[in-house]
Amino acid sequence: MLHIVACIKQVPDTKVIKMNPKTNTMDRSSAPAILNPYDAHAVEEAVRLKQRYGGTVSVLTMGPPPAVKAIRKCIEIGADEGYMITDRAFAGADTLATSYALTKALEKIAKQKPIDLIICGKMTIDGDTGQVGPGIARRLDIPPLTNVKKVVEINKEKGYAIVHRKLEDGYEVVQSTLPCLFSVEKEINEVPYSPLPNMLRAARYQPVIWSVNDLEDVDRSLLGLKGSPTIVAKVWPPEKPKGGEKLQGSPRVQVNRLMEILAEKKDLFRAKEGRA
Amino acid sequence: MNLEEYRGVWVFLEQQDGRIAPVSLELLGAGRKLADKRGVPLSGLLIGDQVRELATVAFQYGADVVYLYDDPIFHYYRTESYMRAVIACVQKHKPEILLYGATSTGKDLASAVATDLETGLTADTTMLDVDQETGLLEASRPAFGGNIMATILCKKHRPQMATVRPKVMKALPPDPNRTGQIVEERIPLREEEIRTKVLKIVRETSRRVRLDEADIIVAGGKGMGSKEGFQLIHRFAEAIGATVGASRDAVEAGWIDHQHQVGQTGVTVTPKIYFAIGISGAIQHLVGMQNSGLIIAINKDPDAPIFQACHYGLVGDAFEIVPLLIEALQAESDKEVQYGGKV
Repeated sequence: MLHIVACIKQVPDTKVIKMNPKTNTMDRSSAPAILNPYDAHAVEEAVRLKQRYGGTVSVLTMGPPPAVKAIRKCIEIGADEGYMITDRAFAGADTLATSYALTKALEKIAKQKPIDLIICGKMTIDGDTGQVGPGIARRLDIPPLTNVKKVVEINKEKGYAIVHRKLEDGYEVVQSTLPCLFSVEKEINEVPYSPLPNMLRAARYQPVIWSVNDLEDVDRSLLGLKGSPTIVAKVWPPEKPKGGEKLQGSPRVQVNRLMEILAEKKDLFRAKEGRA
Repeated sequence: MNLEEYRGVWVFLEQQDGRIAPVSLELLGAGRKLADKRGVPLSGLLIGDQVRELATVAFQYGADVVYLYDDPIFHYYRTESYMRAVIACVQKHKPEILLYGATSTGKDLASAVATDLETGLTADTTMLDVDQETGLLEASRPAFGGNIMATILCKKHRPQMATVRPKVMKALPPDPNRTGQIVEERIPLREEEIRTKVLKIVRETSRRVRLDEADIIVAGGKGMGSKEGFQLIHRFAEAIGATVGASRDAVEAGWIDHQHQVGQTGVTVTPKIYFAIGISGAIQHLVGMQNSGLIIAINKDPDAPIFQACHYGLVGDAFEIVPLLIEALQAESDKEVQYGGKV
């Protein structure tokens, strides 16, 4: 029986987020809060491993109270238990302070029920770093396995896991001792529509909620903004490209004009054709 | 922490199959500028198994010093072994800045090292500068899906670390006469202490999509309407010998595999010619292709932001324009073949 914990985050959907053109700030109200898409795959993989080997899937998040919704989404996918740490003390955390807070929560969860495996998404779509997963693994002193695209085997009795880690030009087959931490690629699975019983359970589900006072052995200087070595010094809108020439006329006229332009820049094509 | 003790700019030299990764050479170019501005040496950190000769390459590309860990235990990249070497070397020689390529290996290693050293790490940096006096590294990166740029500082911890996107910085032209100093390092590390083992490496070079090395990319987006509609992108690419790219929308719709994705969460590309077809031009896409040599956009919405980011724009239905374009380009290349016959 495995105890798998998936670490997840609620994020603004950066695809639809709007910028305030006057202040160059993000209008967060314009973007719906969603479960980080990569994390959905992490939870799905945890659920599949539970189906394969038996056990329990817990999810853990750090965030403001509305992040309960992201936990409910995980319950829909098939997680058994949800934990949330929420406290002003956690606010403003960079990846180092985030991994510290989550580690303290994981230690508390593990006290109640030892953890065999932690699964994180590859990265979040708001932070785009992928640094929190390996950070947690280092703090817990367990091997971090990033870019996991397939879980070959988990063997709790013999204490090992075998996975495929995606590389730039292929993949590697790696064996690690248990417990360990995976951060997973999107391609590891497809998240199907949730079965109705899960959705019913999720609708009423209340996670375990802890504040900083509920965690043990916490060094508060390592939390939140105070515990973050990096600071955002400046934000600005990306440079607006100047824009090019819009060709005029019917499709055929435009294509003919483009052909003239390409003919002038023939050397661009030539290198390619020479090789082919 | 006494920040004054930390001096010098370092680049982690990622290597594979007897080659230094291109991104590491790019970082030596970027690191050289930072080091010169600060008046400090530029060093490479080289870890591997029988990699000593690669130090020569690092010197030619701008390094003054190479710290070398050459041991069979480093034959495969593994977080735990490499991390131990990096940490030991940092603690011994105290660099002020340490840069890694934002590759799967570089990101994995940097995340682990930052946690153990309890220092700041900026991910996927696309701009680097340093304050000459304070020595503060100004690492800038797109954030929130590319909607804003943010400059990140690490004021009270050293080394200041960043992973840097491939293909953004420029390598210096190699100078064959340039040499430097190799500093050999060792750490007591036994195989039994490492909790992971690489059982096998599978290279998928034939299946691999080399978007980052393509000369011409034909990329399709949501405007292609469906998986069937996206076939037109494949047809066009095939006709002109181009590589297929895609926007995040097209990938998320399941029309094409993620490895074709260009943009913030995909690949950064710099082809000679980039065709953006049915791609509206969300910022997260633009950050991945805006440095292309010639950008040609085809979109039926004349107000699509992609027209602000292209060199030439064709307004109209891709399903009408692209077949005409394929026809015209094929007619042109037939002519070329005829001319070519005479030469």
